[in-house]
Amino acid sequence: MSVPEDLNIDRIANLARLALTPEEKTKFSAQLADVLTNIEKLKQVDVTGVEPTAHAFPIYNVWADDVAKPGLSVEDALRNAPEKRDNMIVVPKVVE
Amino acid sequence: MSTAAMPSELFNKSIAELAALLESKAITSVQLTQAVIARTQAVEERVKAFNSFDVADALAQAAASDARRAAGQALGPLDGIPIGIKDVIAVTGQPLTASSKMLANFVSPYDATVTQKLKKAGAVIWGRLNLDEFAMGSSTENSAFHTTRNPYNLDCVPGGSSGGSAAALAAGEAIATLGSDTGGSIRQPAALCNVVGLKPTYGLVSRFGLIAFASSLDQIGPFTRTVEDAAITLQAIAGYDENDSTSVKIEIPDYRAALKTKKGPWRIGIPKEYFGEGLDPEVAAAVEKAVSFYEKMGCEIKNVSLPHTEYGVGVYYIIATAECSSNLSRYDGIRYGHRSADAKDIVDLYYKSRAEGFGPEVKRRIILGTYVLSSGYYDAYYLRAQKVRTLIRQDFLNAYNEVDAIITPTTPTPAFKRGAKADPLAMYLCDVYTIGVNLAGLPGISVPCGFSSSGLPIGMQLIGQPFKEADLLAIANAYDSAHDWSRRTPNL
Repeated sequence: MSVPEDLNIDRIANLARLALTPEEKTKFSAQLADVLTNIEKLKQVDVTGVEPTAHAFPIYNVWADDVAKPGLSVEDALRNAPEKRDNMIVVPKVVE
Repeated sequence: MSTAAMPSELFNKSIAELAALLESKAITSVQLTQAVIARTQAVEERVKAFNSFDVADALAQAAASDARRAAGQALGPLDGIPIGIKDVIAVTGQPLTASSKMLANFVSPYDATVTQKLKKAGAVIWGRLNLDEFAMGSSTENSAFHTTRNPYNLDCVPGGSSGGSAAALAAGEAIATLGSDTGGSIRQPAALCNVVGLKPTYGLVSRFGLIAFASSLDQIGPFTRTVEDAAITLQAIAGYDENDSTSVKIEIPDYRAALKTKKGPWRIGIPKEYFGEGLDPEVAAAVEKAVSFYEKMGCEIKNVSLPHTEYGVGVYYIIATAECSSNLSRYDGIRYGHRSADAKDIVDLYYKSRAEGFGPEVKRRIILGTYVLSSGYYDAYYLRAQKVRTLIRQDFLNAYNEVDAIITPTTPTPAFKRGAKADPLAMYLCDVYTIGVNLAGLPGISVPCGFSSSGLPIGMQLIGQPFKEADLLAIANAYDSAHDWSRRTPNL
């Protein structure tokens, strides 16, 4: 398989919620095509019957008891908020 | 080959040497910390290893250490030792930037587990060290703030992504440092800066409080001057943590004691795939000399094969970018991090905050990761990469039926010049020997093993079996303690 002709940079940037300049779009498209060409090598590997590895060691769901524990204070939790008022984070209006 | 003379300056000594001096009250932690601060102030303009440091805070920690010791309550070998922290690991009340504009003004509201553990061991937490933005890169050139220099040649890169951690230690600006390693980000800069760098087995050290890049690959580990110091530092940071769901519950052995009790001889494997095309002849020669050392001490040297090695970089750049595109979706300009000043609505705020906050390499990886996970491509890229990952891991486990450890070069070449690898793919190939270890979740250590004719450091990589850091460190120490490479210092 060659480099996908349908590498639609606008669609991907939209999925990633990332605004790209026209220059970035041109540059990234070419660079991604390069990287994807290299990745195409993986198609040569026979993976019939091979289980995928998500983690190197089998780690199963870890459950914690449902008990309240001390956490961050409101002040600490909001310490890095770009804009705050009355112990809340201020965001642009989301409903009309 | 001689055993190294003890360096005369306090800032170039090992943890083991300094711990003895502190214990005998020949020096105080305040004196040591002042020496490190003075050294930093003298060389930092040239090395540029730090994003920030807090002199008053470090001296206060040192004074507290001295008070503990005076009261007979010293905490162990790290008590009073200044340790630098890669700027992706949280330290309460200190900046945490990931060398990104996105987090330029972020201040940690809590400690990472490793930070807590170092504090409990009495270490003086010293400075925030530069890196490639969000740990994505192999040179620190992707830092949004400045490029760190290699102390052995200021025109060369220190490697990355933990370039600041490696350079600061090599330059005498810290006694040990912490880094993180996703595809070689501890071992590669360690090799390029002539220090020891250890990536522990995935799950041995908690990732709680580490800024996430690729969660199934990331692991925190130490940079130190000797393998013995790596054992001392690992002892302090290893162990189960309920705050990291991938943390593994195992008994933590006495790593430093293992250096003495485990004497070999070992069976050491040489994978032919790591000694082929693209390997610099001086690097190959230095690693082959190290192999001869092991052979002379009675180790059995065996050829092994890791046949899926050539697919490592491809698998890595699918899995790592997929995980990064997911992890970095949290930077949306809402709760913390950069928020665009000219967004017209909430969606526009996401687009613009991310566009303004992230640098080019981070954007490139988010785009690639989003693509390989997107509908219609998941099976072809991500799922296939995870299957090939299984085969890469199986290669190592098969080899470990025959050998105790594997030896390879850490990097294909010594440090390269700044700006030399402008093409992303060329930069990605720097990690060709280190990536397999992360994909397979194994422990790996880079140990200094020589210098090129132009005076640049060379590192060898020893790869161990899962959770057998005690054996890996003993094997590495057998070489390191019989050579003086790691004790050499740059002319700065």
